[in-house]
Amino acid sequence: MNEVWTLAEQHNGQLKAVSFELLSRGRALADKLKVPLVSVLIGDGVDESRLRELIERGADKVYAVQDPKLSHFVCETYAKVLGRLIDEHKPSILLAAATSSGRTLMPYTAVKAHAGLTADCTELDIEEGTGNLLQTRPAIGGNIMATIKTPDHRPQMATVRPKSSRPLARDASRTGTITKIPLDETLLDQRVQVTGYRKDAEDFVNLEEADIVIAGGRGLKKAENFGMIRKLADTLGGAVGATREAVDRGWMGYPHQIGLSGKTISPKLYVGIGISGAIQHLAGIKTSELIVSINSDPDAALHKLADFGIVGDAFQVVPAIQKRLDQRKREDQ
Amino acid sequence: MKILIPIKQVPESSNVKMDPETGTVIRSGLESVVNPLDLYALETAIRLKESCGAELTAISMGPPQAMKVLKEAVAMGCDHGVLISDRKFGGADTWATSYTLSQAIRKLGDFDLIIAGERATDGDTAQVGPAIAAWLDVPVATYVSKISEVKDSRIYLERLVEEGYQMLSMPFPCLITVVKEIAVPRLPTLKGKIRSRDMEIPVFTSENMDLNPDFLGLKGSPTKVVRINTPKVTRSGKIVQAGDDESLNAAADEFVVFLEEKGIL
Ligand SMILES: Cc1cc2nc3c(=O)[nH]c(=O)nc-3n(C[C@H](O)[C@H](O)[C@H](O)COP(=O)(O)OP(=O)(O)OC[C@H]3O[C@@H](n4cnc5c(N)ncnc54)[C@H](O)[C@@H]3O)c2cc1C
Ligand SMILES: Cc1cc2nc3c(=O)[nH]c(=O)nc-3n(C[C@H](O)[C@H](O)[C@H](O)COP(=O)(O)OP(=O)(O)OC[C@H]3O[C@@H](n4cnc5c(N)ncnc54)[C@H](O)[C@@H]3O)c2cc1C
Repeated sequence: MNEVWTLAEQHNGQLKAVSFELLSRGRALADKLKVPLVSVLIGDGVDESRLRELIERGADKVYAVQDPKLSHFVCETYAKVLGRLIDEHKPSILLAAATSSGRTLMPYTAVKAHAGLTADCTELDIEEGTGNLLQTRPAIGGNIMATIKTPDHRPQMATVRPKSSRPLARDASRTGTITKIPLDETLLDQRVQVTGYRKDAEDFVNLEEADIVIAGGRGLKKAENFGMIRKLADTLGGAVGATREAVDRGWMGYPHQIGLSGKTISPKLYVGIGISGAIQHLAGIKTSELIVSINSDPDAALHKLADFGIVGDAFQVVPAIQKRLDQRKREDQ
Repeated sequence: MKILIPIKQVPESSNVKMDPETGTVIRSGLESVVNPLDLYALETAIRLKESCGAELTAISMGPPQAMKVLKEAVAMGCDHGVLISDRKFGGADTWATSYTLSQAIRKLGDFDLIIAGERATDGDTAQVGPAIAAWLDVPVATYVSKISEVKDSRIYLERLVEEGYQMLSMPFPCLITVVKEIAVPRLPTLKGKIRSRDMEIPVFTSENMDLNPDFLGLKGSPTKVVRINTPKVTRSGKIVQAGDDESLNAAADEFVVFLEEKGIL
């Protein structure tokens, strides 16, 4: 049986946390299949000690193709580099994160490799007997879970929802090999030119990678009231989310929107404040580990989905919670 | 400029009700509509037509009823529609769907730009757009939130990604998938509705397309759905009241304890 691969992601020479989450998924599969686990990195500027961390967090091998010309994600070039590696090594399984680049690179690569691809998985397992990968994913707004396999094509490809698994602890005693593969410049696709990045706001957040998300809805009544949501998020070390109602009213930017026409998140903790829990919003939060609802309406749909619900006025409840958290912080110091 | 807009017919979701007994979605009696996220693609195309001049063709693969979503696209402002429909296409995964769509696109001849939705609200994979680009070997930009400029056969774009907005440009022909932020979709006009009613929409089938029979439908799909479960949606959660001062304080205390117990604090 051939190797299990996970794709590492980098930005500005830093490895993204999803790279380690994928390794904990890959480790479980590779152990069941008794094959090596490989972390594949395409990018630039990730130094030796950071590459070592991939081994310390589960990989047996690292294949790193690094070059300044690969510093930005360009689908066509990355797909050619990855395709070449697949042709050479013929992995049995290839996992990537369901991020903006993973969700672009993987379908592009799957077509070229004539491989099946399952989207946005939250569970992965190996089928007894056949050794096939069982890929389970939410669909239809999280209302069903579909289990999918790819019996006749290799590699078996899947994207995995960020935050749906925890990285393994760093183990400095782990050993493995790091193979640096030079970029073959004939693989560069010159058509797409990346010119840079722009951030609108100081608090531009990557909601999908946040452990804690505090979200506000129309119940907050106006933009300024998102101030208390921000403060609570800051205190808990979380990010701010919003419903479509709040975004369409201009209270928060679109990058904060959670739901069917926004982002899908799987944080450890989601707190919805002044949010009714419409089916299109729930589609984005169903795989959260813990759901908390703060809403004055006892019949709000979000209360029904919540692990913990507070029926009350957000303008009283949130400050009361904030006061306790601030107090707790002071006592700790 | 020639623009193609692949659109999918999906079950209407805004009136979806949950069955309180089983916690599942009640799907019977649901109407089919244009995938809501494809409306942003259609709007983007119509705006490009207004600003630069373009000929717009909406294409949809699906059962004969998908004719309805093509008529809606024409009523919004598309010039043509093409239905791709055949029993042999049924049960296709994203690999086979994107193959069939890309062969239909080849049959239509040269194009400059394909604008797809970010994802469909039912299958929800977001894979078909980039996969079509791979079949046609054209560059792709996903999660496009803004078209800044179209100049000298290149399109200048912004993509919404984890690090902010990535700015890039690429030459025609190419494919983009768009997010909600790009534009507010317009409603169909009366004039458009009248035009679409009388319009002949051609149907592409396995008979009149150049297709590899091994790449079609369920049989040609590398992925196989082995089972479908309905997850439990209600979590037997704890609900506390925060009405007067006393219960408010108690609720806030309990919330903090909850966070401590769950290891958040
Ligand atoms: C195709 C389509 C796509 C969509 N995509 C999305 C999406 O991506 N994301 C999304 O969120 N929605 C989406 N929607 C919209 C969705 O249907 C709902 O309209 C929206 O989620 C409601 O937002 P809300 O909960 O903020 O507002 P409301 O439904 O108006 O709820 C406000 C809540 O605040 C509570 N409230 C009021 N005052 C207070 C107070 N003082 N204290 C505490 N609680 C209070 C009320 O009891 C109420 O429950 C979509 C809809 C469609 C049709
Ligand atoms: C529960 C379930 C889970 C599934 N999981 C997977 C999976 O993991 N992997 C897989 O390969 N297949 C999967 N499928 C099959 C997949 O849903 C179908 O192939 C579907 O036809 C296209 O995928 P989508 O709905 O995900 O579209 P998306 O890829 O999300 O759609 C993106 C865009 O592509 C265009 N588009 C998509 N379909 C069409 C069409 N028929 N006609 C015109 N334009 C279109 C639209 O512009 C749309 O906005 C699954 C199906 C079900 C029912």
